[in-house]
Amino acid sequence: MNIDIQGLTLEPRRQTYSHIARRFGADRPASRYEEASYDVQATTNFHHRPLYQPEFQIFDPRRTKIVMADWYKFRDPRQLYYGTYNMSRAAMLQAIDKNFDFIEERAMLANVEPAWLEKVKEYLIPMRHYEWGANANNQLITDWGYGTQITSASAFCGADRLGMAQIISRIGLAIDGNTGDTLQAGRNLWLNASYWQGVRKMVEDSFVEADWFQTLVAQDLAMDGVMHPLVFARFDAEGQKHNGVPLSMLSEFMSEWYADNARWVDAVVKTAIAESDANAQLVSAWFAAWAGRAAEAARPLAEHVLGAAGKSAVEEIADKLMTRAAGLGIKA
Amino acid sequence: MPATKKLGLKQKYALMTRGLDWETTYQPMEKVFPYDQFEGIKVKNWDAWEDPFRLTMDAYWKIQAEKERKLYAVIDSISQNNAQLGITDARYINAVKIFIQGVTPLEYQAHRHFAHVARHLRGVGPRIAAQMQSLDELRHAQTQIHTISHYNKFFDGMHDWQHMHDRVWYLSVPKSFFDDAVTAGPFEFLTAISFSFEYVLTNLLFVPFMSGAAYNGDLATVTFGFSAQSDESRHMTLGLEVVKFILEQDEANLPIVQRWIDKWFWRGYRLLSLVGMMMDYMLPKKVMSWAEAWEMYYEEQGGALFADLGRYGIRPPKHEDVARKEKDRISHEVWAIFYNYTHAAAFHTWDIDDEHMRWLSEKYPKTFDQLYRPRLLMWRDMARAGKRFYNNALPQLCNLCQIPMAFTEPDDPTTICFRSSELGGDRYHFCSDGCKEIFDQEPEKFVQSWLPVHQIFQGNCGGASVEDVLKWYHLNLGADNLDYAGSPEQKMWDQWMAGRHVAQAAE
Amino acid sequence: MTQNVSITLQNTPDARPITEAISEDNPKAVVANYPSMIKIDCPNRLVIRADSVSKKIGRAWDTQEIHLSLITLSGNIDEDEGQFVLAWK
Repeated sequence: MNIDIQGLTLEPRRQTYSHIARRFGADRPASRYEEASYDVQATTNFHHRPLYQPEFQIFDPRRTKIVMADWYKFRDPRQLYYGTYNMSRAAMLQAIDKNFDFIEERAMLANVEPAWLEKVKEYLIPMRHYEWGANANNQLITDWGYGTQITSASAFCGADRLGMAQIISRIGLAIDGNTGDTLQAGRNLWLNASYWQGVRKMVEDSFVEADWFQTLVAQDLAMDGVMHPLVFARFDAEGQKHNGVPLSMLSEFMSEWYADNARWVDAVVKTAIAESDANAQLVSAWFAAWAGRAAEAARPLAEHVLGAAGKSAVEEIADKLMTRAAGLGIKA
Repeated sequence: MPATKKLGLKQKYALMTRGLDWETTYQPMEKVFPYDQFEGIKVKNWDAWEDPFRLTMDAYWKIQAEKERKLYAVIDSISQNNAQLGITDARYINAVKIFIQGVTPLEYQAHRHFAHVARHLRGVGPRIAAQMQSLDELRHAQTQIHTISHYNKFFDGMHDWQHMHDRVWYLSVPKSFFDDAVTAGPFEFLTAISFSFEYVLTNLLFVPFMSGAAYNGDLATVTFGFSAQSDESRHMTLGLEVVKFILEQDEANLPIVQRWIDKWFWRGYRLLSLVGMMMDYMLPKKVMSWAEAWEMYYEEQGGALFADLGRYGIRPPKHEDVARKEKDRISHEVWAIFYNYTHAAAFHTWDIDDEHMRWLSEKYPKTFDQLYRPRLLMWRDMARAGKRFYNNALPQLCNLCQIPMAFTEPDDPTTICFRSSELGGDRYHFCSDGCKEIFDQEPEKFVQSWLPVHQIFQGNCGGASVEDVLKWYHLNLGADNLDYAGSPEQKMWDQWMAGRHVAQAAE
Repeated sequence: MTQNVSITLQNTPDARPITEAISEDNPKAVVANYPSMIKIDCPNRLVIRADSVSKKIGRAWDTQEIHLSLITLSGNIDEDEGQFVLAWK
């Protein structure tokens, strides 16, 4: 089309939506993150109470004890919206797919010391169930959380957890040549092996907590803060002594993900704490309870994999987590 | 290392998905999943769930990233090239206004509630399907917001859609529909949204409407629409699978599901009457009429679907015969409602020109000339005489679908259909037997409804005058509302088009 | 009783080879063109063969790529490695 009119008439009459302009000013175009993540959720004039939870409105800030004057302070430092989220994960996955091809073509898993490979089956494969639990907990945050911002980030986190459960499944299939036996054996360990029961009980207990912000602190800060560094960093490092490099390559996604996700979790927790002393006390108490449990639950697993070094490995990880938490304003 | 077995798609999906979940033992299952049994649906075996599309998360990320790359490339080009100049006519944009005010918030609501289903059902198969849909719905909301953002810079009525969605009278039609679905149990929600809406009715929203957008030079809407629709096929399939799964689990589930199908067919059909108006009255270039779309997507495709479901004992939804009788009428009746109340709406209506009337007459040979043309001509005369008709009385709303009571008797298109029920000394009014029966099934739920007109009269909407209420809606008076003729939008568009004619003459 | 299954694809360069493959593999398929989209109806059953599409595009086509072009469908789905079937039972 050929349109030759004075540039004047093509001046936009407004830069962005009114609800975005009220927050950031009317004189600037908004970013895609802002338009996608602020004030999309309904706030008032709901027609019915949930049949299954008549004490609450459909969206209700009272589903957590955390109180915020503005629920849109939980800005995601990564500024992810659906498009950038999927593109980011597709790119991370591309690297992993290459690693899988590289390792499978060269049958490199055969180089891993057999005894270590057995250990890997015992500590890594059952983690798919841990991730599935984390998936459920993040779905809960998306379900009951308040505001577009925190709940879309938790939805992405939930999807990541399903993705990781499936990457771990792929590793299991790479180990057993696609029979699925490894996955079955891993499931039995998750359900029955004594060194996994502390973790499983902790996960199941987290399922019945109703306060979604507590769920966030429990799952994404405390439990993950112990389990991920232990399994994907400490155990992995141990594997280096046993020709475990191929496994490091296959689980690279998880390490990259953890750093990325922690940026969001830290921002959220820090913001809630900075809002009020009451919030700070709640979050600190939740964190203390769940981080303590996580360290305790992980110890038998750590000892199973690392032997005598297991106890101190968990202590070191827990110490680091405490330092991180203190940086967010969590009080010991 | 063992020799690697070649895996088919089905096996690979099963291995990577099934068995991720487990029966909890440290906490009772009833406590972990407290909400999936109160509706009375009996599920004996969650593993019988068949996943129609076997998407693992890695495939999902790849496919969706590819779709998003394509979509955002188009969105970028739309704003760089001022693609709003390419639409057939500024009047067309009013359909997009209704879309972002009425549909986008529902996409978002679906995102949140599919996460609810993904958390609270017991079976791993439906939970994964539900969470992928939850993500998709977030995608739809966000891509609509991003695409329409460009139109919002130039056109009115789109600037405060979420605020309006929670308050404006006609937007409580879509809002109450979805609030009803998300406050029900998970199986009713899935039957309502995934099956009755997505599978049976959503084609009527997206396909002809998006094709219409394409025909009217609206590259933006076509792009997000078709891109969203590619996810929609997955959602439809989930809907069909849900219903088959429930029915196969226990025969006691049949009457419950049938009742839900009856209810949600009617609720969805009433909601779509707004789409009918958009198709027949708001597209400058038309693709197909509402009646034709209804025949193609409901009578033909829905017919095949219900014939297939007959083997489970499911019959077609109650009152589909009424929908058939109304198909030559509802779009005209709804246009008339909005023509009456355009001063209180965040979009324009206008005089229907002769060419458009010829098309309506051709598509609706049994009704248009007899029933609707005279009214349009009368309004045209009034407008020309400087007395453009606005109805200054607040309308009576149907207590169920919340559309003003303007639909007519199934067998008499000249008489308004009134139905009512009494409860606790109050009388509740309905536009149809369908709406009344839904109310009568769950009166304690529907007496809660937030009815905009009642709320205005009770003083809960910003004040006593119409102007107070419109300000409370955040309407920019004189820009967002009233007839298209004389609107700032018309002025802007006419200037643009004058520029185009100058340019063409100069070539 | 015969009922039509139906699939609608975008009218794009990516979708065109799929539409062609459907027409060739399903002689009873009826193709209708609309603005920006193509609707294909077929009595009872319609199959999309990965092989047929692959031949047209000169590379291996994965049935899951259908998601990039799909607009809507009607019928029960059975998707597997080599083919994608829509059918009424």
